[in-house]
Amino acid sequence: MRLADLGARVIKIERPGKGDACRQLAIKNLWLDESSLLFHTINRNKESFAADLKSKDDVEIVKRLIAKADVVTHNFRPGIMEKVGLDYASVKKLNEKIIYAEISGYGKKGPWKNKPGQDLLLQSLSGLTFTSGDKDHDPVPFGIAIADIICGTHLAQAVLAALIRRHRKGIGAFIELSLLESLLDFQFELLTTYFSSNQLPERSKHNNGHTLLSAPYGIYKTANGFISIAMVQLDKLSTALGCTELALFPQQDAFKRRDEIKKVINHHLESQPAPYWVNKLQQSGVWATEVFNWSQLKKEDAYAALEMEQIVGRGQNQFITTRCPIRINRKKLLASRAAPSLGADNEKITIELNTTA
Amino acid sequence: MLLEDILVIDFSQFLSGPSGALRLADMGARVIKIEKPGTGDICRELYVSDVMVEGESTIFHAINRNKESYSADLKDPNDLDKVKLLIREADVLIHNFRPGVMERLGLDYETVKLINPTIIYSEINGYGEEGPWRNLPGQDLLLQSVSGLTWLSNNNDTIPTPMGVAVVDILAGAHLVQGILACLYQRYISGQGALVQVSMLESILDFQFEVLTCFYNDGNELPVRSSVNNGHAYIAAPYGIFKTRDSYLALAMGDIVQLGDLLKCHALRLYSDKTDWFTKRDEIKKILAEHLLQSTTENWLNILEPADIWCSKVLDYDSLVKEEGYKVLEMELKVKTGNGLEITTTRCPITVDGQRLLSEKGAPSLGEHNRQINQEFDLEPVYSKN
Repeated sequence: MRLADLGARVIKIERPGKGDACRQLAIKNLWLDESSLLFHTINRNKESFAADLKSKDDVEIVKRLIAKADVVTHNFRPGIMEKVGLDYASVKKLNEKIIYAEISGYGKKGPWKNKPGQDLLLQSLSGLTFTSGDKDHDPVPFGIAIADIICGTHLAQAVLAALIRRHRKGIGAFIELSLLESLLDFQFELLTTYFSSNQLPERSKHNNGHTLLSAPYGIYKTANGFISIAMVQLDKLSTALGCTELALFPQQDAFKRRDEIKKVINHHLESQPAPYWVNKLQQSGVWATEVFNWSQLKKEDAYAALEMEQIVGRGQNQFITTRCPIRINRKKLLASRAAPSLGADNEKITIELNTTA
Repeated sequence: MLLEDILVIDFSQFLSGPSGALRLADMGARVIKIEKPGTGDICRELYVSDVMVEGESTIFHAINRNKESYSADLKDPNDLDKVKLLIREADVLIHNFRPGVMERLGLDYETVKLINPTIIYSEINGYGEEGPWRNLPGQDLLLQSVSGLTWLSNNNDTIPTPMGVAVVDILAGAHLVQGILACLYQRYISGQGALVQVSMLESILDFQFEVLTCFYNDGNELPVRSSVNNGHAYIAAPYGIFKTRDSYLALAMGDIVQLGDLLKCHALRLYSDKTDWFTKRDEIKKILAEHLLQSTTENWLNILEPADIWCSKVLDYDSLVKEEGYKVLEMELKVKTGNGLEITTTRCPITVDGQRLLSEKGAPSLGEHNRQINQEFDLEPVYSKN
């Protein structure tokens, strides 16, 4: 999708009948035409070509498409593309300068190579679930499919870099990624610290924000609403909040005694509502903010000013989604074309293949 | 290397910009950090968890491996001239100053374009250039907090829970790299430079695109985290991490009745209506949570894995690094600083043409490459003239 956002033409090759499994995967039972809103969200601005990769004829057509492509991407489990004859070595014979990029769950070697590459499982195996929540909580997964998203991001980076090399040197590329490697890279700060200290990161007992950071880093409950406070020296915080007890902790103890310190802050913040505290903190130049949910955020002028929402699709199937976060030459990249229905572009693409062949 | 001979001049500090520059360096670009004399990138001194390497934070070393450091005082006209000469040679410029800073220094896009018309000029800000928040600090936790993100993780009865990795910084850096590379590619075709802008707020909203789109289109209903073992606010039971007799077990999407059969948990078999798996997920997960306490993670996995149920053990770093599945990835990378110090960090996750991208060059000390860069780009004469 990001490549499409940036102007590439993306053709999804889908299995006839059902297509991308995501078409049938709905959250909150939201649907547009015969596919889920979730599918529409992820597949805006793409085309669909239905082809049965088990049929020789269909594979031949796909091969003709590949011969004209700049980039091929897939995320089948190891071995599948070899079976249908569309692995890199075979594809390279059709199109020497192709950028061929593949995502696996856990790499292609080792005991995990055939495990399902599902986001929650990856989070669980990679150590990530011990970074969020408080010390006495069970492991807490990220509530967004972080492994999927971060790996997709890496894929777009590598594909673009390979396109640059192809332009300069005239050679294609074979890009391999795995969800696990991407998720480990995502934790590079924590892992590097772990390698050098041999100590597991520990979540703080209260208000954990980041296992490596000193008090007060975290989110706090106030008399009404929540606030977050980022890095700040304790004496400065003490003055800003009018909390004399905080000044008793020497700065060099801000990590070691973070549980005690956070407890003091918690107690102090109980007396007044969130805006009161944030006002005081921001006036003193402390990095702090109110914690918003989406409804509160939507009411803010700052949100409206971003124009982050865009309308995709037409008529009955119109919906609101977010736009690409990248701006180029001060222009926002918008894409109002809806996700394709299954096989929507077969006819057009077949004609293109036949006329340009 | 994919980005051989690409020169990146990087003014950014902390994590967002530098993590993007790191990825460019991983793929073969040459990255020169421009740092303030005396203190340098603030991240050098960011005191984390009392773990330091050579008096600098471990995270600085993780973020800045494989880069060069050029110290220059941008408020000193001599230094500024030298930096401008460097910019003339560069393919990419990165900064993450607050709005207005580069303008004051005379290094904003319009000015830089006069020196180097084909440069890809890229910047990360906190909240966009417009709007009332534009001058607020672009700090990870604050962005997580205003963007609604903290209402998605952990159980419903806990306070808003931030993600324990600087996800906003990392995503903004990653989006910046995407924009930079797309514009570089375009430059090779059209010969034109470009301005790439990413804000942390836009990046973290994009990150939530699946669930935000749901919110936009379902009448603005807020997400409700599961009260029991929350895995994802929008996904039905059993999705989550459960305690077992000896450890934990992660269960992704699955058929509740089948789970009831396999685990011999009779109460679950009653939930044959699939819509209940979402609407009654807390009730279902509570039953499951109690049942899973009765045996060990290994026992449950032995039952569930052969039936192709999406499940997994839950590892911390100590247990992860002992796993064969981790070792075969060879994810650890030893880098060496100019002072001979060895640090173990992680490598780039991208493999190109069967080769892992490995560079043994550690993070630079402040101004480590001034002499070399002055000579190479012939910057000294400017200095001696004054």
